[in-house]
Amino acid sequence: MLKTYRYPKYEYRRPPELDHAASGPRPVIVVGAGPVGMSAAVDLLQHGVPVLVLDDDDTVSIGSRGVCYAKRALEIFDRLGIGDAVCGKGVSWNVGRTFFGEREVYSFNLRPQPDHKRPGMINLQQYYLEEMLVGRCVDAGVEIRWKNKVVGVRDSGRGVSVEVETPDGRYAIDCDWLVVADGARSPVRRMLGLDVEGKVFTDRFLIADVVMQAEFPAERWFWFDPPFHRNQSVLLHKQADNVWRIDFQLGWDADPEEEKKPERVVPRIKAMLGEERPFELEWVSVYTFQCRRMQKFRHGRCLFVGDAAHQVSPFGARGANSGVQDTDNLAWKLALVLGGQAPERLLDSYSDERTFAADENIMNSTRSTDFITPKSSVSRTFRNAVLQLAGRHAFARKLVNSGRLSVPSVYGDSLLNTPDADVFAGDMVPGAPLDDAPVEVDGQAGWLLDRLGGRFQLLLYAERAADVDARALAELKTAIPLEPVLLTGRPGGRPGVRTLHDVRGRFVERYDALPGSAWLVRPDQHLAARWRRLEPNAVRAALARATCNE
Amino acid sequence: MPLILEPNFAEPGRRYFRDFSPGDDFYQLLIDAHRELTDEQSNLLNAKLVLLLANHVGDLAVIREALQRSREDVAGG
Repeated sequence: MLKTYRYPKYEYRRPPELDHAASGPRPVIVVGAGPVGMSAAVDLLQHGVPVLVLDDDDTVSIGSRGVCYAKRALEIFDRLGIGDAVCGKGVSWNVGRTFFGEREVYSFNLRPQPDHKRPGMINLQQYYLEEMLVGRCVDAGVEIRWKNKVVGVRDSGRGVSVEVETPDGRYAIDCDWLVVADGARSPVRRMLGLDVEGKVFTDRFLIADVVMQAEFPAERWFWFDPPFHRNQSVLLHKQADNVWRIDFQLGWDADPEEEKKPERVVPRIKAMLGEERPFELEWVSVYTFQCRRMQKFRHGRCLFVGDAAHQVSPFGARGANSGVQDTDNLAWKLALVLGGQAPERLLDSYSDERTFAADENIMNSTRSTDFITPKSSVSRTFRNAVLQLAGRHAFARKLVNSGRLSVPSVYGDSLLNTPDADVFAGDMVPGAPLDDAPVEVDGQAGWLLDRLGGRFQLLLYAERAADVDARALAELKTAIPLEPVLLTGRPGGRPGVRTLHDVRGRFVERYDALPGSAWLVRPDQHLAARWRRLEPNAVRAALARATCNE
Repeated sequence: MPLILEPNFAEPGRRYFRDFSPGDDFYQLLIDAHRELTDEQSNLLNAKLVLLLANHVGDLAVIREALQRSREDVAGG
């Protein structure tokens, strides 16, 4: 029991399969009702795919666990219908400060550009996020079965048979595709005899969530070698309900059971906050971590997402954030394959794109870990030299690595991209996640990303809506639905076509838009192709490539 | 040319989407070069590295400034 939160208990219901045989296979079963499994379920349902979620428990995350949700995950949550709830309850922040001893040596801003809907990061206890996702699943019509534990999995090549254990006994149920979201220890991964390879770090960290009234700003504060915790690192974060997350590096020799006891934890916190500040302990945990991933995220009819597929150190908040990006990448592909609109190998592109992203996340979080917890005396000397120089010189501040916070990957080498034939400036290259921009729709203020996603779209830029080549638009018949979206330099729409007014010129600036330019956008808001002139045949070819239909 | 103190790492032909990436690439190269070495071996590597880079820079005015700046905050002076 926490002081600020009461865990919900979700009702177990006797599954009908216990009494009579299941009526044919389900299109998709998701194993695991964590943030990643439920995001997958909602996303698939929004694509018209009925989903069954199986979870071995009947409540949400015990303890606050993953607390940082980055801008890209928030944009995905917007598409899934919980963005406002998450941001309303969470604590928004953009600035991180890094101290060496008592001195601030470096600060960063996660959102250096203005005019994005979402902040760089929000902090929210994982149980709140899960509760919001459960609510969204129920509203959308996702069936979640609590206390339904998967104990056997068999992939026949044409589908997957799942053996499920419940308080009332066991039953079998089949599906066309199994989405495996059952966490870092993934029982399903083990049942299938699949490996996950990587590096275990020999260090221990203490998480202490404390409830207190404090005037500290909503920023991420990180200390190297602070006076109150010598030779180790400390991290401070604000969460919802005046709960503060404090993370102490303990070293490998620390005894995890001893370190969790209040008589050990409280003095550490008092040394940091001062004797006079009142606080209450909310939750304490000691953790170690690994950086590793499966070689492929698709194994036959089983698709691995989130921690089941890859794990990183917590520095950089790249765990849950990358898991949600996995499902963002997977859901539309699986929906097209199930609908017979794309071949199965589109799902191999899920593995290719997301193993690439996992490698980037593992690389960045491993680098942060090596900087924060140097493994040799020369490594520590370099680290301290960087921190000392950072007080005086800009080049060294750039090298200070207290965690490179989660940003989405650019799938620059993806086979789904159509390489540029025309010249564009800026970062919106094929494979890139799209930048947001403020837009106006019929005089109402809104955001570009709120209007994109969930289907293929073709963005067209023109000074005025009337300037767009109407014949080319009419000729644009495609096998897979493609929605044209006009972006215009001046207000005023065009009947039958969604028109967004680039009210502050940010679209032009961020996308290097010229009149006549066109962009093919995937359902996950990544760019597939771009042109300086709309050619229906080129668009059809790029769409075929982006869906493995060429 | 004065000593460059702004971020200056890059690899010709490579495109970076995040401003911390080139510096982090350098730092990993540096730490990786020391893997599995004893402290004594690492000191020798560092000495050779300084000599190689100093010769590459060549300009003694720049080297003099770098030496002065690297001495700041070291040994209390």
